[in-house]
Amino acid sequence: MNARQWGRDLGMGVRFALTGGREGWVRMLLTAVGVGLGVALLLLTTAIPSALAVRHDRDQARLDYTFGPRLPKAANTLLISDTDTSYHGKDVRGRLVEPEGPRAPIAPGLSKYPAVGDMVVSPMLKRLLDSADGKLLRERLPYRIVGTIGEPGLIGSHELAYYAGAKDLAPRVNGWRTARITHFGPPKKTPANQADPVLILLVLVVFAVLLMPVAVFIATAVRFGGERRDRRLAALRLVGSDSRMTRRIAAGEALAGSLVGLVFGTGFFLLGRQLAASVEIMDISVFPSYLNPSPALAALVAVAVPAAAVLVTLFALRGVVIEPLGVVRTARPARRRLWWRLLLPLGGLAMLAPMIGQGRSNGTFNEYLVIGGVLLLLVGVTTLLPWAVEAVVARLGRGGVAWQLAVRRLQLSSGSAARMVNGIAVAVAGAIALQMLFAGVQGDYTKVTGQNTDRVQMQVNLSRGVPFLPAAGKFATTKGVRKATTLGSTELGDRRWTPGNGPDNTVELTVGTCASLREMADLPSCRDGDVFAVTGADRDSDVTKLARPGRTLHVNTSDGTGGGPDVMWTVPGELKRGRALIGPAGYKESGVLMTPAAASRPMNNALTGSVYLSLDESLPDVHEYVRNTAARIDPIADAMVWSSTERSTQFNSIRTGTFAGAVCVLALIGASLLVSQLEQLRERRKLLSSLVAFGTRRRTLSMSVLWQTAIPIALGLLLASAVGLTLGAVLLKMVGATVGVDWPSVLSMTGVGAAVVVTVTLLSLPPLLRLMRPEGLRTE
Amino acid sequence: MSIGHTLLGLLESGPRHGYDLKRAFDEKFGHDRPLHYGQVYSTMSRLLKHGLVEVDGIEAGGGPERKRYAITDAGITDVQRWLATPEKPEEYLQSTLYTKVVLALLTHRDASLILDTQRAEHLRSMRILTDRKRKGDLADQLICDHALFHLEADLRWLELTAARLDKLREAVAK
Amino acid sequence: MTPPPGFLLAAEDLHKAYGPTVALDGAEFSIHPGEVVAVMGPSGSGKSTLLHCLAGIVPPDSGSIIYNGRELAGMSDAERSALRRSEFGFVFQFGQLVPELTCVENVALPLRLNGTSRKQAERAALAWMERLEVDDLKDKRPGEVSGGQGQRVAVARALVTEPRVVFADEPTGALDSLNGERVMELLTDAARTANAAVVLVTHEPRVAAYSDREIVVRDGRSRDMERAI
Repeated sequence: MNARQWGRDLGMGVRFALTGGREGWVRMLLTAVGVGLGVALLLLTTAIPSALAVRHDRDQARLDYTFGPRLPKAANTLLISDTDTSYHGKDVRGRLVEPEGPRAPIAPGLSKYPAVGDMVVSPMLKRLLDSADGKLLRERLPYRIVGTIGEPGLIGSHELAYYAGAKDLAPRVNGWRTARITHFGPPKKTPANQADPVLILLVLVVFAVLLMPVAVFIATAVRFGGERRDRRLAALRLVGSDSRMTRRIAAGEALAGSLVGLVFGTGFFLLGRQLAASVEIMDISVFPSYLNPSPALAALVAVAVPAAAVLVTLFALRGVVIEPLGVVRTARPARRRLWWRLLLPLGGLAMLAPMIGQGRSNGTFNEYLVIGGVLLLLVGVTTLLPWAVEAVVARLGRGGVAWQLAVRRLQLSSGSAARMVNGIAVAVAGAIALQMLFAGVQGDYTKVTGQNTDRVQMQVNLSRGVPFLPAAGKFATTKGVRKATTLGSTELGDRRWTPGNGPDNTVELTVGTCASLREMADLPSCRDGDVFAVTGADRDSDVTKLARPGRTLHVNTSDGTGGGPDVMWTVPGELKRGRALIGPAGYKESGVLMTPAAASRPMNNALTGSVYLSLDESLPDVHEYVRNTAARIDPIADAMVWSSTERSTQFNSIRTGTFAGAVCVLALIGASLLVSQLEQLRERRKLLSSLVAFGTRRRTLSMSVLWQTAIPIALGLLLASAVGLTLGAVLLKMVGATVGVDWPSVLSMTGVGAAVVVTVTLLSLPPLLRLMRPEGLRTE
Repeated sequence: MSIGHTLLGLLESGPRHGYDLKRAFDEKFGHDRPLHYGQVYSTMSRLLKHGLVEVDGIEAGGGPERKRYAITDAGITDVQRWLATPEKPEEYLQSTLYTKVVLALLTHRDASLILDTQRAEHLRSMRILTDRKRKGDLADQLICDHALFHLEADLRWLELTAARLDKLREAVAK
Repeated sequence: MTPPPGFLLAAEDLHKAYGPTVALDGAEFSIHPGEVVAVMGPSGSGKSTLLHCLAGIVPPDSGSIIYNGRELAGMSDAERSALRRSEFGFVFQFGQLVPELTCVENVALPLRLNGTSRKQAERAALAWMERLEVDDLKDKRPGEVSGGQGQRVAVARALVTEPRVVFADEPTGALDSLNGERVMELLTDAARTANAAVVLVTHEPRVAAYSDREIVVRDGRSRDMERAI
């Protein structure tokens, strides 16, 4: 009976929403679009884990593991060489391939390997190479494009990748850049990396932070057009429905909106999924097929959203008495109390407190406590904000007319003002906490590379045996290169370099022109043919022990996977001395230096050339010119741009996710702010035009609208910053990092929030000015 | 209301017998109070005496009822003056006003002008009453209010009639 | 035809159309200082539009409006707004009081818009509220006072700048006759004392009876009843 009554009332509400005429439709459309956007975001969120999983799987499946033991050539082997490069700041995954038999493994996404001099490319790379933008890359990849890599071989729609056919890779096998493999994929099934508990914590917080504002947003969306609905409900009371029935009917209307919203949301999601393929955020792109929400989570969304809509409506109508002749808001609601509002954030802190200092050394965090604590703290923002707005607005001094109008309006309805900015406040609080956590943990996840970028900006490592001295000239004439220091290096040992039984004592051997050698050591005099023993750094004892005139040493010719020929060298009698300087590589090194004339041919074959480049970095594309030169000299040369730090990529992707998410959420909330702002303006149309009639300046009214939004937003951002900083500090304590405020991120997040407000105000100005036209006075 | 002016007005559209005049009057204005023949004859002889009508002809067979009357120029002027003169605003003058309006329509005069003239006169009275009311005591106020409400009702009727003139013109022309 | 001398505000041959709807079709108007002129006519006849044009709220499509020797049509929107702020006062049927402001703040608003300090403006506002017998409502908000009281507050607001012309559009439209009368008495008394002209748009004869003269608007054309015949 009771359930049937409920059903009947809800159904009547649904019918009202559907048959409410133009106005009803508009209202439902607004709600549906709002809920739809929220649902789409929820679905997207539920799809992210699977998307990441698919990405990870694909990445694993195409892994060419080059570090294995050396294999013999066979019918099922493939020679593969890693020629990754980067172009205009984007990574290009490159592979040279040379199948050695009919059963050579085929890389995912390929049907057959390209012939020598041909290549297959990812669609995005093809587009880049075909465009004017890709001219320099085209020079670097002088292969004929004969096909494209299929989706299974790529981890994103925007990935740049190619497989090029090559020959004579066998001598270059080094167990590092070049290898002989029999299959793709990880060498043996390993369980997924035990994820770092701190990273897990970050991911959890990201989700909590992103989903909270969505929930707030959906709650706002089902209340669009509330005042008109209230009037209709009053009419229902007049014809005899009791107040409970009326509420259920209202809930039914919200239900209708949210159901249509679910449909819209699915549409938006599918649309967004397609769009997702065409965008790339911070080097991460996905294929639409990656974005499949897990069915259980999708079902949860489908049930939770309408249920939440009904509950929110019932909750919102709690303080409203709908009388037959109109709606009475329970007159002058009791002054908001602080104590229970403080309970939530304090409760959140209490849940997080036990985990303080646990760090990554003491096992994982309790997921429930983390999520619960973070959510409570963030919900605390939404409960504290109305209180704060009320308390502050009541004390605001008086200023100009615009200010007075805005302040008075806020005093009268501080609740709805606070509701409007709740979403933004929650998002900003969460984002600030995250940014702080990122900044704090950054130290742990950022390797200091020790590279000094003042002297050298790029380094090119050539393959072993590639003549590096001629290379120096080619680099020196490359556009934008100020100076190229080219050094070949290997090691000398007191015994033969047999695997597992190598020499006891070794010294570094560096070969280069006098000018290049002088970069590494202070040499009294130098002529081609000289050999030096350099001391003044860590391994002086090895140098003095080994570099004795007449002593025969063994050159390291191994390629990393096994022994090479035994090349011997006798220390000449005329051994000069030098003192080590900080070399181009950025450190002092003791060892043997040799001018080119002193090196024998077999020795030269064992040398690995490194080119240290000083560049005119103001020249655009200078890095690309260098990479092109490097590729011309040696296709598998490794060109690196020096930077002083290097971030963990896993960390990068979370940071990326947060930023993208925060921006989406703020845009969404901006949209809802705009809708409610416009609705409010429409309600006041008559008043606005009568104010204009007696000569109110448009500027005054515009300013009052701005204040009216800006005051609660400013309070919201202030509160959000406080809560965000607290949360951030607690989270940092939890991971055992030093607590420090990352001011730039606080400023940038509050800045984004403020930008949303300004945008909303600006967008609502044209309708405001239109409403202020005197035609609004016409009653006909 | 003035029967003389009404009969004069009816003659404006053309000469008529006394009997025709009575019939036309009854049809248009005498819904609940038909004219007596005697009233028609005495009125007509008064109008004759004042030179507002003249005898247009007498049907064979004699008898006073066979006399045909026509309006004179003086008669037309008299009707004009009567129509243009507002009635003294008083209660229950609709019947006079109605007669005036219908006559104006019948004679293709501007009926809205009559209504507007009347409305101005009414408002003038209302202004005087309002003024007296503002200066007077409660008794004055109550008396004035009574008059004001009646005048207001008339005025509303005038407005309504003005809005319905076109329909009335059609109905009268039938 | 130039308006007869001595008129404070005169308009002739006003035309105004809202899209296909013709609101004014050659209307005329004139008013002397201190005069109360009622503008009557059926609804939709264009009387509100006439008031809006006269007050410089809406520019007419054609025709001339001369206020105090100046042509309104030649003024910019800012000039007309300034004129409305300083020389005109307005009373509407409803929806004119700012619901968030207290009554005294509402009355003080036009002065504040003119740059008067808050204290001074509210002192002047209170004086006018006393004259209209609503000074006890000063700290109430419009939602908390009755319709008649609210309308009196609105009249006080219209008069607080001591305007030369008060435009009243159905000022008693939402009131019962007793309250309506009281508002009209206070409005016309106050206006006469201040020698302000009042343009009174109404469809109620009993309200129009507070005027010195009436003009009837029909189908966008006005008819001055003094010169009717």
